[in-house]
Amino acid sequence: MTAWLKPHRLALIALAVALALWAGWALRWDWIPRYWQLGLEGLWRTLWLLVLSVGIGFALAVPLGLAQAAGPRWLAAPARWFCTLIRGTPLLLQIWLIYYGIGSLFPQYPWIRQSDLWPLLRQAWPYALTALSLSYAGYEGEVMRGAFRAVPPGQLEAARAYGFSPLAVFRRIWLPQALARALPTLGGETVLQLKATPLVATITVIEIYAVASRVRQDTFIVYEPLILLALVYMAIAGLLALGFRALEKRYTRGLGH
Amino acid sequence: MLDGLHAFWPGLEATLALLSPQPPGWGGGLLRGALNSLIIALGAFGLGAVIGIFGALGKLGGGPVTRDLLAVYTTVVRAVPELILILLLYYAGTDLLNQVLALVGQRPVEISGVVAGIGVLGVVQGAYATEVLRGAIQAVPRGQLEAARAYGMSRGQTFRRVTFPAMLPLALPGLSNLWLIATKDTALLAVVGFSELTLETRQAAGSTRAYFTFFLAAGALYLLMTLVSGRFFGWLETQFRRGQVQP
Repeated sequence: MTAWLKPHRLALIALAVALALWAGWALRWDWIPRYWQLGLEGLWRTLWLLVLSVGIGFALAVPLGLAQAAGPRWLAAPARWFCTLIRGTPLLLQIWLIYYGIGSLFPQYPWIRQSDLWPLLRQAWPYALTALSLSYAGYEGEVMRGAFRAVPPGQLEAARAYGFSPLAVFRRIWLPQALARALPTLGGETVLQLKATPLVATITVIEIYAVASRVRQDTFIVYEPLILLALVYMAIAGLLALGFRALEKRYTRGLGH
Repeated sequence: MLDGLHAFWPGLEATLALLSPQPPGWGGGLLRGALNSLIIALGAFGLGAVIGIFGALGKLGGGPVTRDLLAVYTTVVRAVPELILILLLYYAGTDLLNQVLALVGQRPVEISGVVAGIGVLGVVQGAYATEVLRGAIQAVPRGQLEAARAYGMSRGQTFRRVTFPAMLPLALPGLSNLWLIATKDTALLAVVGFSELTLETRQAAGSTRAYFTFFLAAGALYLLMTLVSGRFFGWLETQFRRGQVQP
């Protein structure tokens, strides 16, 4: 700790504190009391979009990676194409294709309009969640392909020789080791996913970025909402990094680095 | 051939008419947007690489203050969504420029979308490029640098003749990744209203209601860009790796 606090760092920290104090005093923050509730709702929406899309996306990424690493050709080729398509086109375009394209198809079918799912399909967030999940699945499918391949084949052969069923080999040897290897990459990718969530504001999902945009439009204050927003994202990214570091410490112990 | 296609896909003619480059069709706008995207991506990638080289050298050989400031730069840029950075840098950049212009007695100017896009995305790319190039420079074997110094080369000469050519093949995979990110990040400029491929596509799709046609066409254009440049970077890598020991 003392090694970290060198004299020049103290000066830099003092400068940063002075800058923050000046920003708190000189910039306009009087809009916060009116908008903080909306902001919290937006933050909540950002967080569950992130958590759900990472969860669904990862659940799709495991079969995508496995199909590419060890699947037969008729499974590996479509999985590879899916990953290439997702990784080769901008997420914003994918979100708009799903929301404006597929979303505009549904109302043409009366049986969809009369179904119980219709109230759900009329909202924007299912499309946002779908697009974000598919995007995460595409990127992580590629990561998991490398991770599955990196597990030494001798381990799988040993497990088979012990009479493990194929499912047990996968569940107890292959997946845990691939996961441990992929964790550092997945941590970085999850931060990237967090940074991708504001794009869903363009299809009317009111998450934290959309709230900040509304503050800007209502009050004509340009910088303050954006600065606060940047701080919020940095805090979430920092927490994600810490969480993944703890996970890595816990799960890479047996890897023998 | 065409008859067979018609039987298979009755809407083919309407789709082709929508995508035709002549004015009733929107193909021309899409291609213009794609060209804009490409120019912005190239400029941003170039600017990012320049920032990255200086950033990497600063992180490795700069003083303690330079190093800390660079660490703040790369950390902030990599933690804050590009969309917010684009807005912040765009407003702050134009404000700053116009205040400087007012100080020297010039009238305020409107920055063109392409220039602003290159500047803003370049700063974002620079943070990632700093990390990529730093890793590559660090991976150059120390013996090569010591040999250069023993031959009496100055620091600038060592960098130009030894470090730079030796680290380039190591940096290429990271740089090719950054280039792909640059092409895709140009789409974010649509949110700020620059007329690049994604915004042109949305306008065409919105006014004709042919969402699938246009979004799929734009996706194909992006995919073409990424696949072709992926091939190019692969070729470049084999070229640069020829003199290296294969692992």
